[in-house]
Amino acid sequence: MRQLPLPLAGRGQGWGYFHSRVGAMTHALAVTDLEVVFDRFRALKGVSIAVQPGESFGLVGESGSGKSTLLRAVAGLAPVTAGTIALDGKQLGRRRDKAFYRQVQMVFQDPYGSLHPRQTVDRLLQEPLAIHGIGDGEQRIRRALDEVGLGSGFRFRYSHQLSGGQRQRVAIARALILEPSILLLDEPTSALDASVQAEVLNLLEQVRRARGLTFLMVSHDLAVVTHMCGRLAVMQNGEVVETLAAPDLAAHRVENDYTRRLLKASEGFARAG
Amino acid sequence: MNKAAMSGNLLDIEDLRVTFPTRTGRIEAVRGVSFALGRERLGIVGESGSGKSQTGRAIMGLTPPQAEVLAKTLAFDGLDLLALPPRERRALRGKRIAMILQDPKYSLDPVMTIGRQIIETLRTHERVTKAEARERALDMLAAVQIRDPKRVFDLHPHEVSGGMGQRAMIAMMLIAGPELMIADEPTSALDVTVQLDVLAILDRLVAERGMGLIFISHDLRLVSSFCDRVVVMYAGKVVEQLKASELSRAEHPYTRGLLDCMPKIGADRHPLPVLQRQAEWAQ
Ligand SMILES: Nc1ncnc2c1ncn2[C@@H]1O[C@H](COP(=O)(O)OP(=O)(O)OP(=O)(O)O)[C@@H](O)[C@H]1O
Ligand SMILES: Nc1ncnc2c1ncn2[C@@H]1O[C@H](COP(=O)(O)OP(=O)(O)OP(=O)(O)O)[C@@H](O)[C@H]1O
Ligand SMILES: [Mg+2]
Ligand SMILES: [Mg+2]
Repeated sequence: MRQLPLPLAGRGQGWGYFHSRVGAMTHALAVTDLEVVFDRFRALKGVSIAVQPGESFGLVGESGSGKSTLLRAVAGLAPVTAGTIALDGKQLGRRRDKAFYRQVQMVFQDPYGSLHPRQTVDRLLQEPLAIHGIGDGEQRIRRALDEVGLGSGFRFRYSHQLSGGQRQRVAIARALILEPSILLLDEPTSALDASVQAEVLNLLEQVRRARGLTFLMVSHDLAVVTHMCGRLAVMQNGEVVETLAAPDLAAHRVENDYTRRLLKASEGFARAG
Repeated sequence: MNKAAMSGNLLDIEDLRVTFPTRTGRIEAVRGVSFALGRERLGIVGESGSGKSQTGRAIMGLTPPQAEVLAKTLAFDGLDLLALPPRERRALRGKRIAMILQDPKYSLDPVMTIGRQIIETLRTHERVTKAEARERALDMLAAVQIRDPKRVFDLHPHEVSGGMGQRAMIAMMLIAGPELMIADEPTSALDVTVQLDVLAILDRLVAERGMGLIFISHDLRLVSSFCDRVVVMYAGKVVEQLKASELSRAEHPYTRGLLDCMPKIGADRHPLPVLQRQAEWAQ
């Protein structure tokens, strides 16, 4: 039997209204027909995805296909020319306010570019707390560093003194420190070695469960995506070419040719001849 | 004649050490690394912070100035790199030894277009006309599977995607035709199909031109299918060296742990197993 998750809508409102309310209310994040244009280049050509509260949704696809642009558009950092973005059913305007960033945090793809090299880890973690006027900084910083597996010995290092993986852990700690409900994760572990990747993935799953977080996560590693996400969208050349459940991907039940090529390439390098 | 020249290796490293003095004490990033490289594909794997990049940078001569580099042997094609005058060392860099840095966007000049950066690299090492340089830069961008080379040629680094920046960096490093290539996580930002295309380019350079390749990566599945040999690093040291095809039969518990903690398509392991690090691995 199918169960409707929400109480019935008020009298006098037709099914259409009810249906769209359910759709809008159930989605933590809904992106509809989104267009992003840089100069004259269309980076996103009518992209739609919908993510349930507490869901972990993956984005995979071609390099340059617009995955980061989609995340950046949600974060208010890309030139949207058409389409809508809604959080918890409420459509977002052009500007993102402070409250938005307490709710939505992003971990950027590039752990070098996103952390100021001349700041200590401590400063980098203090900053968001100061911006949002949060008091119990000391405790939050210690907990955040602990959560990402960086001992207190790292706290007063400058970010340029850290290895690639150590920087990415600082970036994740910084995103978590505001206790957001939605995390936009752009290749959060592609700079990490396998052992730290496993730790960070476990950490992300654990905080997602503990805090009921919603993830929108980009990764080019299909094993990581199928491990972390329930559903995913495959992107190519500014478009979503297929949306499917992770178990279907794992079982090679895919419809699109490009998705099939990705799966094949995931098997590793094969020397010709 | 010195030992390296006699060995016939492209690269000989014995007891390499890289140490950073900091306010809170000395950080020993590399602690006595030794290996040799022929005209082959050598993988370096190891956990974050284990000294992979600093090993590559020391070979390349790109160690930060405040750090101290020591080695019993650090020889490229019989040349003692640590004794070489700075001018000659610089001349090697980019021309005979190239390194694809782990942090492409950080290493590209933010105020110069991608195309100009590739052209400038080419023209510091070869005398070519402007038109020819442009032609070759565009060809190189196409070779690394950039969809629209002409558009990307005129973009600045902040205007390209992560994987496009990484490929621009690869194009820049390949264009001078180096004999030794150190590729530090060269494909970590690429989707898997493009990743294989880039590996095929590197593979051809090794097979056809006899280039030596050091391939630093945390992707063990990729390393085992692509490289000839693998060096496993832990806490600044080499803990194991083995044939890439035998990686799955590695003996060191660290290497075994690394293999085990990778997620696999279709496997349902929550949480993933993690490494239980042992103090004695670092000794
Ligand atoms: N500021 C910008 N100016 C011009 N073009 C841009 C800008 N930012 C992104 N683009 C273009 O938009 C396209 C999509 O880029 P995006 O970074 O979203 O790709 P991606 O899917 O994240 O790729 P990757 O997997 O390589 O990170 C690229 O062609 C890129 O050149
Ligand atoms: N400028 C610096 N000052 C002090 N310590 C540094 C500096 N650069 C690197 N280190 C330290 O040297 C060690 C080795 O760093 P390296 O970058 O070689 O690691 P890695 O194996 O490449 O790691 P990753 O896989 O994360 O890139 C790390 O512990 C790092 O913190
Ligand atoms: Mg991206
Ligand atoms: Mg590194």
